[in-house]
Amino acid sequence: MHSAIEGIGLGPYLSIGAILLVLGVFGIFVNRKNVIIILMSIELILLSANINFVAFSAATGDLSGQVMTLFVLTIAAAESAIGLAIVTVYFRNRGSIEVDDITMMKG
Amino acid sequence: MNWTLALPEIVLALSGLVILLAGVMQRRGQAFFSCAMMTLLALVVTGVLVVLSPDGTGYNHIFINDGFARFMKVLSLTGAALSVVLSVGYAREMEIDKFEFPVLIVFSTLGTMIMASSGNLMTLFVGLELSSLSIYILCAFARDRVTAAEAGLKYFVLGSLASGLLLYGISLAYGFAGTMEYAGLQQAVRGSAVLPAGLMVGVVFVLVGLCFKLSMVPFHMWTPDVYQGAPTSVTAYMAGAPKIAAFAVLLRVMAGPFGSMTPQWQLLIEVVSAASMVFGSLAAIPQGNIKRLMAYSSIGHMGYAMIGLAAGTAEGTRGTLVYLVTYLFMNVGAFAGIVAMRRKGHAVSRISDLSGLGRTDPGMALAMAVFMFSMAGAPPLAGFFGKLMVFYAAINAHLYGLAAIGIISSVIGAYYYIRIVKIMFFDAAAPALDRSPVSVSFVSVGMGLVTTFFVVGLGPVATAAQAAASALFR
Repeated sequence: MHSAIEGIGLGPYLSIGAILLVLGVFGIFVNRKNVIIILMSIELILLSANINFVAFSAATGDLSGQVMTLFVLTIAAAESAIGLAIVTVYFRNRGSIEVDDITMMKG
Repeated sequence: MNWTLALPEIVLALSGLVILLAGVMQRRGQAFFSCAMMTLLALVVTGVLVVLSPDGTGYNHIFINDGFARFMKVLSLTGAALSVVLSVGYAREMEIDKFEFPVLIVFSTLGTMIMASSGNLMTLFVGLELSSLSIYILCAFARDRVTAAEAGLKYFVLGSLASGLLLYGISLAYGFAGTMEYAGLQQAVRGSAVLPAGLMVGVVFVLVGLCFKLSMVPFHMWTPDVYQGAPTSVTAYMAGAPKIAAFAVLLRVMAGPFGSMTPQWQLLIEVVSAASMVFGSLAAIPQGNIKRLMAYSSIGHMGYAMIGLAAGTAEGTRGTLVYLVTYLFMNVGAFAGIVAMRRKGHAVSRISDLSGLGRTDPGMALAMAVFMFSMAGAPPLAGFFGKLMVFYAAINAHLYGLAAIGIISSVIGAYYYIRIVKIMFFDAAAPALDRSPVSVSFVSVGMGLVTTFFVVGLGPVATAAQAAASALFR
């Protein structure tokens, strides 16, 4: 049970996870163009956690992290299906999916 | 393996599938009513099973059933059942009377029950997502209305962000403690003299994710828009069961696995709680739309309920639980009033639409006045006792500052609640509202009676809350 973790350590995996998380969060808040990019950013955040789970699981030899990854993948699929459906409904009503246009309600 | 522990959840999941099937089999457009009735039946049966279910942990420790879980599940089932009753008349008038509506409420409630019973961060996340994903759809359910679609989109984006942060926090907690089980986490936290920084960061991320679901300041930005845009009966549901479940998770995780880290997270909770109370009462004052006002009001209420968690004692938890009971009843009651706000067949939601209601519809005005006074915390209504118990717990835990901020902000908050009463009884009468559906009047009257005479049931509720709290602090 000696995995690739042994060679390069846990650090690079966690760094990639952290970078993906930051990219995802910035993708949601900095992007002002398109809602689809936000959906992609959400996927990035979930996948960053997945990388962490798998890396930790391999490092500690505990399988529950990999089980969790499978759950997260399933949930991510459901989440993007629902997200796309909501975006479609929104587009039919407004005729646009620009982030700056989502301001019907304010106050 | 003791699978009967999860019997209520299994029954609810199966009845969700059966109701879905029954809805598909019937003619389109006629299925809503029968599906809603079956949903009510399923929720009631599940509630009985929850009360009868035994104590213990099952499924390899991922599922805990104790007094606390039962208390939270009964509360969340009550909230769900009341909002289904509210939807019966409302959905037809809004033309959202499709059978998927009650089915989604069933699955969302199932998610909240799984959260309340979670014994493992994995169960927590799956339950939370089951509950949230169903609510995203419910928000956008009135799909021909642009406000509903916008509410759904906003809630989806920000809710998914919160889930993502929560998940990232779970991954860090898992990595640095080496386990996802609450019992294992508790040992790992207790055993280490110096807590690993990664674990601390993970706990903060988990807290942020849950605070987001509870719409605590500074993670509240979605609340007013989503409350305003979503169909009113969905808003009534969203303000009840999911918040109760998020509190269930927060109380269990913070008392159990991270209980010995109390000094590290206590200040964070105090700040969030104080900020929510102050912001909730100040930002509600200029609002002209009653659904937005209720959003700010619920931000404030979550702040008050959080005081009990900040105290970090069994007494504080009891206070939070009693607060949640009172919040659930007065909130559903107030939303019943808002659901009934229709004029010439169109839903209206401006506060000025209520003016002169005391003359045009005295019964409804009286009920709304009861809920508003109760939310403001006037004795002897329900809201007073919730506030009393959390403030009392805060004083006993030496959180004098937090208790003082709570009392001051509830005085400020009383202004906008009582302003509504003034508009209803002393302003020039607006054209009369439509007659409300029977189901809505039923909820309104029932909750009005519960709120008014809560003092009669206070003893048993407090005893049950005490038992639930002591199950956490063993």
